[in-house]
Amino acid sequence: MAKISIIVNGNPVNANVDPRTLLVQFLRENLRLTGTHVGCDTSQCGACVVHLDGKAVKSCTTLAVMADGHEVKTIEGLAADGAPLHPMQEAFREHHGLQCGFCTPGMIMTAIDIVHRKGHELSDHVIREELEGNLCRCTGYQNIVLSIAAGAKAMAKSDLA
Amino acid sequence: MYEFKYHRPATVRQAANLLVKNEDAKLIAGGHTLVPVMKQRLASPPHLVDLSHIEGLNGIEMKGRSLVIGATATHAEVANSPIVGEAIPALADLASQIGDPAVRHRGTIGGSLANNDPTADYPAAVLALGATIVTNKRRLKAEEYFQGLFSTALEPDEIITKVMFPLPKKAAYVKFRNQASRYALVGVFVAKRPSDVRVAVTGAGSNGVFRVTAFEEALKKRFSHKVLDGLVVSADGLNNDLHGSAEYRAHLIAVVARRAVEAATAKG
Ligand SMILES: Cc1cc2nc3c(=O)[nH]c(=O)nc-3n(C[C@H](O)[C@H](O)[C@H](O)COP(=O)(O)OP(=O)(O)OC[C@H]3O[C@@H](n4cnc5c(N)ncnc54)[C@H](O)[C@@H]3O)c2cc1C
Ligand code: FES
Ligand code: FES
Repeated sequence: MAKISIIVNGNPVNANVDPRTLLVQFLRENLRLTGTHVGCDTSQCGACVVHLDGKAVKSCTTLAVMADGHEVKTIEGLAADGAPLHPMQEAFREHHGLQCGFCTPGMIMTAIDIVHRKGHELSDHVIREELEGNLCRCTGYQNIVLSIAAGAKAMAKSDLA
Repeated sequence: MYEFKYHRPATVRQAANLLVKNEDAKLIAGGHTLVPVMKQRLASPPHLVDLSHIEGLNGIEMKGRSLVIGATATHAEVANSPIVGEAIPALADLASQIGDPAVRHRGTIGGSLANNDPTADYPAAVLALGATIVTNKRRLKAEEYFQGLFSTALEPDEIITKVMFPLPKKAAYVKFRNQASRYALVGVFVAKRPSDVRVAVTGAGSNGVFRVTAFEEALKKRFSHKVLDGLVVSADGLNNDLHGSAEYRAHLIAVVARRAVEAATAKG
């Protein structure tokens, strides 16, 4: 077993884990943060994307021990219970970027990462290129792209990053 | 995934000692090749030695006329580094085309070179630019480093610490990607160096990355895509799989090499 300390959604978490535990497993099974999904389990689909020290990573391909001493943010960390949604979440709701919703947490975590790297004015082309690591099995990409463009703009006006 | 013991050395020396002490121990850098392989139970190292906490192993700097990139520099760090962008923009461009953004945040240049996947991108740059792979034990020239499919000159307890790239006069990388996997179906890195021209091809060779000397000789006389007119690549020794036949890949190499020369000359 290995001792790990991770800041998850702003809260320090200490745990003893088997080193082979994947970060996604740790989040879902130990912390019950089940918003982060496993779609493919082969690093292709992006349903498991979380932020590690502010950068989008695939948590199905990251060992929990490798996040020790670092900060993790999941979909649950974007807006407190009962508080208004994060502007990117709101944009997905508003523009119907969710269909079945399974890929949505990963899409939103990736979308916010895109905004951090590419700014608030995103062309459809940039969004589509940057989304290549996220697959939506409902294949409704049109509204996802619309949502991200709108969410990026809304983030410029919000304190929530 | 099978059980393993996890080690986190703070220095390269400690990491090397762990490799010597524990038989079948494996290094892990970004884990973006190793973790998937372990999940599929195709590898079951009893010990993992994590390089990601070793201070300074991810640095990027100019040393004289060489660009020096630390082994654990991620693809995103190389793609976005102003130093790389200034010294060898083609290399930054190559790094920006690896996998997807989340993969680029974790995968490292050292891990990619150690793995030597026949469809990986970095090997083409290392061979075309005539880079030197620096390990905890020695310096390896690109030509002696790559030894075919997934195989390199690295010994089991050898650790890549950095890669030194001499600056080319002009260079470009053009990748024809497999739309599903994002790996190169054919990728060509062209480098006009002070003394010669090198053309390295990844993704196509059944023995991994290789050079096209006929193209190199023509380009050395005149560095223009026009000199490649009429030159063909033999399909012998090229991959023949469900993604493309050997003949298709041979044709693609000529097309992609032309585009790479055009891109290198356009950049001035
Ligand atoms: C979805 C996906 C898409 C991808 N697309 C591409 C692509 O388009 N092009 C491409 O080139 N690659 C691609 N990759 C591979 C990716 O770039 C990997 O990250 C990279 O090949 C391995 O680097 P790593 O740091 O993750 O290595 P790890 O997985 O940590 O290690 C890989 C191997 O290298 C060894 N190793 C690691 N570091 C060192 C070192 N410093 N010295 C000696 N040995 C070492 C390890 O022991 C292991 O055997 C893709 C990967 C994924 C998951
Ligand atoms: S579950 Fe991680 S990428 Fe699909
Ligand atoms: S909304 Fe169903 S998988 Fe994307």
